[in-house]
Amino acid sequence: MSDVKEFETRPADTSRAESPLTWSLHEQKSLPHASNPGIILSEKPFLGHLVVRGGAIVLDEAVREVMDMALPAKPHALVSDDSGERTIQWLSPDEWLIIVPGGEEFALEQKLRQSLGQSHFSIVNVSGGQTVLSLKGKWAREVLMKSISYDVHPQAFPVGKGVSTVFAKATVILRRAEEDGWELVIRRSFADYCYRWLLDASSEYGVSVTR
Amino acid sequence: MFYIFCPYCKEHREEEEFHPRGQAHLMRPADPDNCDDEEWGDYLFFRDNPRGIHHEMWVHSVGCRKFFNITRNTVTYEILETYPMGEQPTITADDPSVRHEQGVQTADGGWQTVGAQPESQALNEEASS
Repeated sequence: MSDVKEFETRPADTSRAESPLTWSLHEQKSLPHASNPGIILSEKPFLGHLVVRGGAIVLDEAVREVMDMALPAKPHALVSDDSGERTIQWLSPDEWLIIVPGGEEFALEQKLRQSLGQSHFSIVNVSGGQTVLSLKGKWAREVLMKSISYDVHPQAFPVGKGVSTVFAKATVILRRAEEDGWELVIRRSFADYCYRWLLDASSEYGVSVTR
Repeated sequence: MFYIFCPYCKEHREEEEFHPRGQAHLMRPADPDNCDDEEWGDYLFFRDNPRGIHHEMWVHSVGCRKFFNITRNTVTYEILETYPMGEQPTITADDPSVRHEQGVQTADGGWQTVGAQPESQALNEEASS
């Protein structure tokens, strides 16, 4: 058993949590709503984000045992479970990002610690520090091409890939979990900036923001 | 702009994702307490500034956040290889083919022009007015 102190970052009481985009959405009197939107933008708030670091072999065993998923070993691989709600993404040779439905992350962290025991690893709950934006629609790729220097052509960026790269003047983790849907994992402090950038970049295609 | 191959991500990325971190392969003196000031000063402050092949450390700060090394030609800006930390370069300034083709000789005798021939006596002599 690991002797690291853990704590639940989201206690089950009545305290209100605000997603990183709450303020930006609140500031707008009404959310953008195009009649025939080429871009559909929405936030996926309050998901559980865990950054797991350590040796690939021990982590793979633990993740298989706890989540019944294999740890992606290839660079930039992104795997999801059958429901598509739980994903593991390769970030660097010894670092992975696990995203699970909100509320599951603390139990998952405890189970992983239990399984990993005294091996050399680190698990950090970064749920409060970042959020996920979903970018869908016919012109989603065009918007990304304006904002990101990385090649987002389907040949270079197939489904099941995720990279961390430069987005405008911020950093994002760009993921493609499905054919017509892109996900941007953005930092809390850059959420407003990224949101405004996306609205501006997609205005020419018609944009709808959904909650 | 450089288009840099990250040996950890195994693909080429734009330069804006990286940061240069200076000369590679600096070795800390094995016994700092007993080395002389010159050796310690060289280790702390003095860096090579070669004209030609240079081994540099870079960090993929936006991507995988790993450090790695680049062998780069400071004259042509050509990146000859990238390799992970802990490995030795396969291309060095001593490599005769590199030396000849890339024009990496250090300047001497007034020879400053890129691509000039050091063995050309006429080029090395100052023009008489």
